[in-house]
Amino acid sequence: MTVLALDGVRYRYAGATDWAIDGLSLEIAAGEVVGICGANDAGKSTLCLVAAGLAPGSIGGQLEGSVLLGGSESRELTPYAAAERCGILFQNAGTQLTGTTATVWEEIAFGPRNVGLDLAAIVERVEWAMSLAQVGHLVDRQPDRLSGGQAQLVALASVLAMRPAILVLDEPTSQLDPAGTRLIGQTLANLARDSGTALLIVEHKTDLLDELCQRVVVVDRGRIVLEGPGPTVLEDARLEGWGVEAPSRVRLSATLRSRDLDPRAVLAEAAGR
Amino acid sequence: MIALCTAALAFVLRGWLAPLVALAVVGATVAGARLGRSFVPFVLATIPLLISIVLINSFLYPGAHDTVFTIGPFRATGTGLTVAGQASLRILAFALSVAVFALTTPTDDLLADLEQRGLGRRASFVVGAAIQTIPRLAARAGEIADSQRARGLDTQGSLWRRVRGIVPLAAPMISGALSEVEERTMALEARAFSAPNRRATIRPMPDTKLERALRWLLGLATVVLIAATVTGRLALP
Repeated sequence: MTVLALDGVRYRYAGATDWAIDGLSLEIAAGEVVGICGANDAGKSTLCLVAAGLAPGSIGGQLEGSVLLGGSESRELTPYAAAERCGILFQNAGTQLTGTTATVWEEIAFGPRNVGLDLAAIVERVEWAMSLAQVGHLVDRQPDRLSGGQAQLVALASVLAMRPAILVLDEPTSQLDPAGTRLIGQTLANLARDSGTALLIVEHKTDLLDELCQRVVVVDRGRIVLEGPGPTVLEDARLEGWGVEAPSRVRLSATLRSRDLDPRAVLAEAAGR
Repeated sequence: MIALCTAALAFVLRGWLAPLVALAVVGATVAGARLGRSFVPFVLATIPLLISIVLINSFLYPGAHDTVFTIGPFRATGTGLTVAGQASLRILAFALSVAVFALTTPTDDLLADLEQRGLGRRASFVVGAAIQTIPRLAARAGEIADSQRARGLDTQGSLWRRVRGIVPLAAPMISGALSEVEERTMALEARAFSAPNRRATIRPMPDTKLERALRWLLGLATVVLIAATVTGRLALP
């Protein structure tokens, strides 16, 4: 079942003359994990806003083409109806927390309360989201006193508690240290495996995409320039030309080959040691 | 409610008795709530204002001629000292009543209670966000000042230098705050903030019948006392 379908989508911000997205088509099936990469200003973050129904719904601008969220045109959905179909996680954990709740539990319950669930349903959703995001140990902590990685996980759990069929993540690890990045990576891997939620992950860190994504899409100047299975796309020699750095395993293999070494043999020997 | 009543009494009623009673109630509340040291900064913060009130009223009270003592060309008058004493007590009682409220009422509890009582989610969110924004902006201002100083901006030294330093600090502060607001708005939309549904209460505030009765009684007594004094039916010393 398709949870998100973009067909010939063009979008430009209010007051802008250029299209930030220019004729982009993409379909994502339930439970699928798709990675998006590209240089700065390629249109990745705009794609996230369009996919989540926030552009033009919340920020204005001009949208052409079709964006189907769970079968409904996003421009016909209210922002809160779109929020229950597609969740979005931004780069900065600090701006995603409400800043008005006393505990992590209440922060995660914010969304389910807004959609009018009763207390039993709220409790069930919060417990589910906390267990998926592995933030159970933070339950009584104050949200504004968490580390960057912890705050991002709580923000993730808060969006998951809306039970969206697809979750869009806009560079979720860009402001995190390596430990925080690993934490988010492991959580997303568990999420994809256990929940059936489709993930659309925008990331500069291609190692993370290499680890998580079944399909990877390269975006350049608002258009898709390459799309295919993760390993195939991330090994493509043209990546650098689009401003994308290949994952470390690909760069290591290339370096070994350039020195007339067989990567498989070297890796096997390293594993043997 | 206690803080609201003492603040109203101290602010509205003239004379010595009302602010002294308000201060006594504030003192008892501070002791009962064991606020202790956390209360000291609030007391210290009122000192500059109190000093200015005492100096201006004691030496410059218009039309007063009952000189008590002189310092150089300045004459302190009995009328001025009386007004200064009463005004200082009123200001102190009012400020400390507000401090008692701030120290005994967690923002989250206040918001939860206001929403439970029917205040709209947008209104309660605006109140909460405004309160929480102050420390966040202060932290951001500190970060911007540090980064500008690291690039050679002189934010210390003479007054002129400090004034010149404000623009490079204010511009990124304002633009950063605006961009944060946009992202925060989208993050709230992503959690259905604008949905019209009524929200379930997850943290009911403890509120016994006795507490409710006392609250009404206290509020009513304050209104009656103020009305009686203002209309001249009751003369307080």
